[in-house]
Amino acid sequence: MTTIDTHVGVSTHTTGSSFVASVGQWVTSSDHKKIGRLFIGLSLLYAIAVAVIGALIGFERINPDGAQFFDADAALQLTQLHRHALVFGLLAPLFIGLAIAVVPMQVGARAIALPRLAQLGFWGWALGTDLVLISFIANGGPGGGSSDMVDLYLLGLGLSLAGLLAGAVSVATTVLTSRAPGMGLMDVPAFSWSALMGSVASVLSLPVAIGTVAYLYVDHTYSQTAFGDNKVINTWLGWVYAQPQTFVLIVMALGVLAEIAPVTARTRQPLRPVLLAGIALITTATLGAVTQTAHVLDLSGTTGDKLSSTILFLFFNGLPLLGALVTVAVAMLSFKEGRPGVNASFAFALLGALMLLAGVAGSFVQHIGDAALVGTSFGEGVTAYVVYGGLLAALGGITYWAPKLWGVVLDDKKVLGLAGLGFIGVVLASLPLYVAGFADQPVDAVNDFDYSGPLGLWNVLAGAGSAVIALVVLAYVGLLFAAVRKGAGASDDPWDAHTLEWSIPSPAPADNFAALATVSSSEPLLDVKPSQEVPA
Amino acid sequence: MTLALPSAPAPAPRRQLVVATALVVSAAVMLIAGMLGMWMRFRAGAPVRTSADGLEQIKDWLPASIKIPEVAANTMAATFPFAALMAQWAVYASKNRDGQHRSLALIITGVLGVAIVNAQLAVYAQMGVGISDGAYQSMFYAITGTMLLLVSGGIVFSAVAFFRSVGGRNDDSHVITAHALYWYFLTAAFTAVWFFVYVQK
Repeated sequence: MTTIDTHVGVSTHTTGSSFVASVGQWVTSSDHKKIGRLFIGLSLLYAIAVAVIGALIGFERINPDGAQFFDADAALQLTQLHRHALVFGLLAPLFIGLAIAVVPMQVGARAIALPRLAQLGFWGWALGTDLVLISFIANGGPGGGSSDMVDLYLLGLGLSLAGLLAGAVSVATTVLTSRAPGMGLMDVPAFSWSALMGSVASVLSLPVAIGTVAYLYVDHTYSQTAFGDNKVINTWLGWVYAQPQTFVLIVMALGVLAEIAPVTARTRQPLRPVLLAGIALITTATLGAVTQTAHVLDLSGTTGDKLSSTILFLFFNGLPLLGALVTVAVAMLSFKEGRPGVNASFAFALLGALMLLAGVAGSFVQHIGDAALVGTSFGEGVTAYVVYGGLLAALGGITYWAPKLWGVVLDDKKVLGLAGLGFIGVVLASLPLYVAGFADQPVDAVNDFDYSGPLGLWNVLAGAGSAVIALVVLAYVGLLFAAVRKGAGASDDPWDAHTLEWSIPSPAPADNFAALATVSSSEPLLDVKPSQEVPA
Repeated sequence: MTLALPSAPAPAPRRQLVVATALVVSAAVMLIAGMLGMWMRFRAGAPVRTSADGLEQIKDWLPASIKIPEVAANTMAATFPFAALMAQWAVYASKNRDGQHRSLALIITGVLGVAIVNAQLAVYAQMGVGISDGAYQSMFYAITGTMLLLVSGGIVFSAVAFFRSVGGRNDDSHVITAHALYWYFLTAAFTAVWFFVYVQK
C-alpha cells in the first residue's frame, strides 16, 4: 500500500483518441476529479428529472378527480420515487461527488485515498440508482404491483447506499490521512472539514439503512411475514428519506458557503474555530437525532412531563438548527471584517444556505405538537427546502471550483441570474407546501383529498417552482457545457482564494501537486500573497 | 500565475488502510447494531398467547419446532477469539520482521474463518428450516447471512494479506494491523450476535 497513488492516468483530458478509448478512460479512471465529475454530472441529470417529477406531483394535485398524469394507484409509487430521487439521486451523490473532486486538492494530496474504492462507490451508486428507476418504471418500488420489481427496488437501494458509503469512506480517509505537511486537522479548509463531518456521519448512519434493506429484501423475497407486503415496506425506510437524516447530507452545503464567503470578502475567516464547531454541532446533533424516534414537543401533562418533552425536543430538534445558524452567521461575519461583494458562486451558496435554514427551522416547527403538522405536506416542504437548498449551494460550489475541475470560469452575470431564478424556484417549490401543511394537506398523497380552493393554488405554485428548478439546472448545465466546449482558459487563481487547490494550474493536473507544499496556517495562500487581504 | 509555496519533504507514511479499515469497521458496527436492534424490537413485539393448559404465557417468536444447534453456535463463538489471536500474532511477527510466522498466523486466521463459515452452514443444515417459513426464519437468515458476508470479507482480507506476506512484502505492517482490527471487530460483532440470536434467541 502506498500513501499516494500516482497511477491516475496521464491527463485529465483525452487526447483525441477513439471514443471507446475515451469512455474506457472515464470508466476505469481512478483520478478523483473524474470520479467526482461523474458523480456531479449524473446527479445534475437526476436533479432535472426529480424537479420534473415534483412539478407533475404539484399539477396532479390540482384536480385529483379529473385528468391525471398517473393512475390513482400509482400515487404512493410516484411520491416515493420523488423522495428517493431527491435524497439519493440528487442530494447525497452531489455532495459526495463534490467532496471527492475537491477535498484531495484542498488538503494538498496528490490523489484521493483509496481511489478504487471511490470509483467502485460511483459505479455502485449509479447502478443501484438505475435499478431503482427501472423497478419503478416496471411497477415496483413501495406500493408497486410487481413483487419481483419491489425486490429489484430493494436491491438497487442497498447497492446505491453501499456506493455512497464507499465514497464517504474514501473522502473521510483522505482528510484524516492525506493532508499536506504542516496541515493539522484544525487547519483543513472549511469545505474539507464539512466533508469530513458529513462523511463520518454518513458512515455511521447509512449502514443502519443498509441493515434494514437487508431484512426487507430477505423477508420480502421469501416470506413477506415480518415486514409486510409491498404497500408497507416504505414505513420501515421512511426515516432514510426524511429529516433529520437528510441534515447529515447538507453539512457540506454549509461548508460551501463557509469556504466561499471569506474569499468573496477577501479576508481571513473570523472566528474560524467557532465556524468549525458550528459545522461539527449540526453533524453530531443530527446524528444523535437520527438514532431517536421523532421528539414532538408535547406540553400536556405534569410539569415534569413538560420539562422532559421540552428538553428532548430542544436537544434533538434545536441543536441542529443552532449549528446551522452558527455556521451561516459566522461565515457571514467575513463581510463585517472584509470587503462586501457578490459573485455568482457566493450568491448560489448564500441563497442555498438560507433555504437550508428555512428547511431546518421548518423541521423545528413541524415537531411542535400543538402545530399539528406531523403527517401533513409541511414535511414535504421541509424536504424540498433542504434538498433544493442543497442543490443551490452545490451549484455555488461547482461554479467556484469549475476552474480546477474543467478549466473554465462561468459567465458571472448569467450564473448570477440563474442563482436568483433558482432562489425563486426553491421558494415556490417549498413555501406553498408549508402553507398547505397548515391546511392539513396530507403528506405523500395526490388523491383522496379535496385540493379545491386556495390549496389548488398552493399546489400549482409548488409545481411551478419545481419546473423553474428544472429549467435552472438545465440552463446551468448548458452554460457549463458551452464554457467547456469554448475552452475559455481559467487562470490558476481567478478568485484570489486562500486554499491549496488554487496554487496549482487550472484545470488541475491528474496528480494535482508536482511537489508537496508546507502549510503553516488554515489559509496558506494568503500567507504568500498578503497584499490581497483586506486588513481587519 | 501559479503561487509558489515552500516545498516540503516527502511526508511520513500515513496509515491510510488502517484508518479506512477503522471507518469500515465503524460502519459495520452500525450495520450489526442496527440489525440487532430490529431483531430485539421484533422479538419484544411478538404477540403473546396463553398456553393450552392456561398456565403459561408463550411469546410467538421462535417457533417451538425449531431447535437451534447450540454446539455449532458455541463453537463459532469460541473460534472467533482464536482467529483474532492469530491475527494479533501476525501483527507481532510483522513487527519483528518475522515473515514465516506472519504468514503462518495469517493462513491460520483464514482457515479459522473458513471453519466458522462451515459451522454456520452446519447450523443452517441442522436447523432444517427454510428461509420462507416465517418471520423468525427470514430475520434469522438475514442477520446470520449478513454476518456470514462479513466473515467472508475477513477471509478474503486474510488471503490477500497472506499472499502479500509470502510474496515478501515485509513493509506491510499497516495491512497486517488493519487485518487484525477487522478480525477484532468480527469477534466482537459475532459475540453480540451469538448472545442475542443464539443464546437469548
